[in-house]
Amino acid sequence: MSERVQAHQFNVPTFQIDPPQSWISLGLKELWEYRELLYFLTWRDIKVRYKQTVLGAAWAVIQPFFMMVVFSLFFGRLAKVPSDGIPYPVFTFCALLPWQLFAHALTESSNSVVASQNLITKVYFPRLIVPISAVLAGLLDFAIAFVILLGMLLYYGIVPGWQIATLPAFIVLAIMTALGIGLWLSALNVQYRDVRYTINFLVQIWLFATPVAYPSSLIPEKWRPLYGLNPMAGVVEGFRWALLGKANPPGAMLWVSIAVVVLMLLGGLFYFRRMEQRFADIV
Amino acid sequence: MFDFSIRAESLSKQYMIGQERGYKNFREVIGEVASAPFRRLRSSNNGNGRSKRSAEDFIWALKDVSFEVKPGELVGIIGRNGAGKSTLLKILSRITKPTRGHAVINGRVGSLLEVGTGFHPELSGRENIYLNGAILGMRKAEINRKFDEIVSFAEVEKFVDTPVKRYSSGMYVRLAFGVAAHMETEVLLVDEVLAVGDAQFQKKCFNKMREIGNDGRTILFVSHNMAAVRTICKRGLILEPGKSVEVGEINKVVDAYLARANEEARDQTSSETESFLVHDVLIKPVESEVVKTFEPLDIVVRFTPKQEIEDPGVYVSILTSEHRRLAGLDFRDFASVHKLRAGQLVEMGFRIESFPFLPGTYQLEIHLKDMAQHKFEFVPKNYQFEVAVTPIYAGRKLDGWFGEVGLQAQPIAREGGEFITEQDQALV
Repeated sequence: MSERVQAHQFNVPTFQIDPPQSWISLGLKELWEYRELLYFLTWRDIKVRYKQTVLGAAWAVIQPFFMMVVFSLFFGRLAKVPSDGIPYPVFTFCALLPWQLFAHALTESSNSVVASQNLITKVYFPRLIVPISAVLAGLLDFAIAFVILLGMLLYYGIVPGWQIATLPAFIVLAIMTALGIGLWLSALNVQYRDVRYTINFLVQIWLFATPVAYPSSLIPEKWRPLYGLNPMAGVVEGFRWALLGKANPPGAMLWVSIAVVVLMLLGGLFYFRRMEQRFADIV
Repeated sequence: MFDFSIRAESLSKQYMIGQERGYKNFREVIGEVASAPFRRLRSSNNGNGRSKRSAEDFIWALKDVSFEVKPGELVGIIGRNGAGKSTLLKILSRITKPTRGHAVINGRVGSLLEVGTGFHPELSGRENIYLNGAILGMRKAEINRKFDEIVSFAEVEKFVDTPVKRYSSGMYVRLAFGVAAHMETEVLLVDEVLAVGDAQFQKKCFNKMREIGNDGRTILFVSHNMAAVRTICKRGLILEPGKSVEVGEINKVVDAYLARANEEARDQTSSETESFLVHDVLIKPVESEVVKTFEPLDIVVRFTPKQEIEDPGVYVSILTSEHRRLAGLDFRDFASVHKLRAGQLVEMGFRIESFPFLPGTYQLEIHLKDMAQHKFEFVPKNYQFEVAVTPIYAGRKLDGWFGEVGLQAQPIAREGGEFITEQDQALV
């Protein structure tokens, strides 16, 4: 027996293989052990996205930019939707950024497990990595569009105050929201392929339920916490507050959003882990 | 040290077959829910309210498979297609869960169930090495260390930065196997991936696997290539569809499997000539389960005469698979037999003391005779059989390089009239 194997005998892991169980751990420790794979899959998604395209990373900016132009024209100018005293284009672009991250993460993660079936049926790794890497891959687009946003702030002469320090927290919240729903949808999609077709419709409706084209101040005060059940409402208003220094920090609405996100994420993790046991058989 | 590397207890895996492929859409679910009460009234096999499933809709891909593998063992897993070999590997790789049973594995598991898992055509060879390595469970530091070794094993030094979609299929396979072959896990599960690639590459892979085995790692190797399995593995497992397993020393196991396969493959249907009804031809090795070079072999024709045969005879020709005549045996040269009555089962044939032909596929041509009536009737059937590859002839495997016939010989060497070899150096 070679020395190398003998040296291993002291830290060789043991694996127990059992039939599927209904109660299963979250496997976070294992997820951490496989963090390098998470990095590689995310890197692969990003690298591959813009290969052989002419515009390359410019696509990351084009979509939100043109949405802003269209919104500014039809909602801002023609429909005269108020924007809390901030120039409409910057008002809406600021919201489009986290929205874009969320929508993209949602679409990609919900189909991620099915799209990776060739990996899932051939190799073992914690399947959680698949939707997580789909969500993280959107961060690059976000970063590029963010640079444009800073340019716009400069153009309109808006200088963010101390609130900008809270921005990372809101970015994390946006990711958590996308992940929370993405986990539910990706696991459901394996069994019920309808999910893929409802996603586009879902995202469209969600856009209008989120204060991207309009401010949440449009919602009557007493309804606002209920409105916060849409976690993206809290995220978007938080973004605006951090970057544009609006008068009031987001209140009860934000806390409702956070609570929803936490519940959705935990629920999604458990549901995914439970359904994971059958992925390779059904996908 | 652990006393076992892998221990499997009653592993079983059930799959659903037929219409319901696992995933559905909401329409079907709603339809099932709506019609459930009506189905219950109509009575079904299992009244659990969900869609009716009878016994035929389920299949046991694996049933009660139990075995133990010690650290450092090289085990070959053989069986017909559909016997559950790949399913077993998937369960041991934790890709799918067993329906029943348990297993314990001491050590990390590297699985090679497919060549180039996760390879992306748009990425370069270099990028795919990192990606594939990570997918197989290697750390980045480990891949860095082994990078040059992998590239030189795969012989793709010049193309390492070209997108993999431009690679030839040979290069692709070499690269994929190269990455997987350098995994440093305690247990390695390999599933028939070596079936791809040219002969030279396959040889390289076998050598690498033997090297891995020498390193003390446990290897489970699924293959249809009996020669490879005999070379690399020490023990063997036969899996039969939905049945439990047979375990033993590799050559015994492979022989048993081949014997069974040959028997099933051989044409069991009977044949008829003008005067005879031929049931079948027994091609039975006397001392082993498979036909082997230099070992005794019985060839017996079983037939029933349709009329009285005065002076019966049998002529057996041994042909190559291309129908070239190698040898013939005429019963009349050896013995004579009295008149045969009609309607009785007769067995006539030969015991060949030392079957001289080398491993390969052969045919038998049978003629039945009645010399008194000048009848020489050809049996219109090809009886095929295999001579197994075995390490013989002084521990050396005989192959096509030697031709078709094995020769048993003794060495002679003299210098100045003196023997310069030991006289009693026997060959076998």
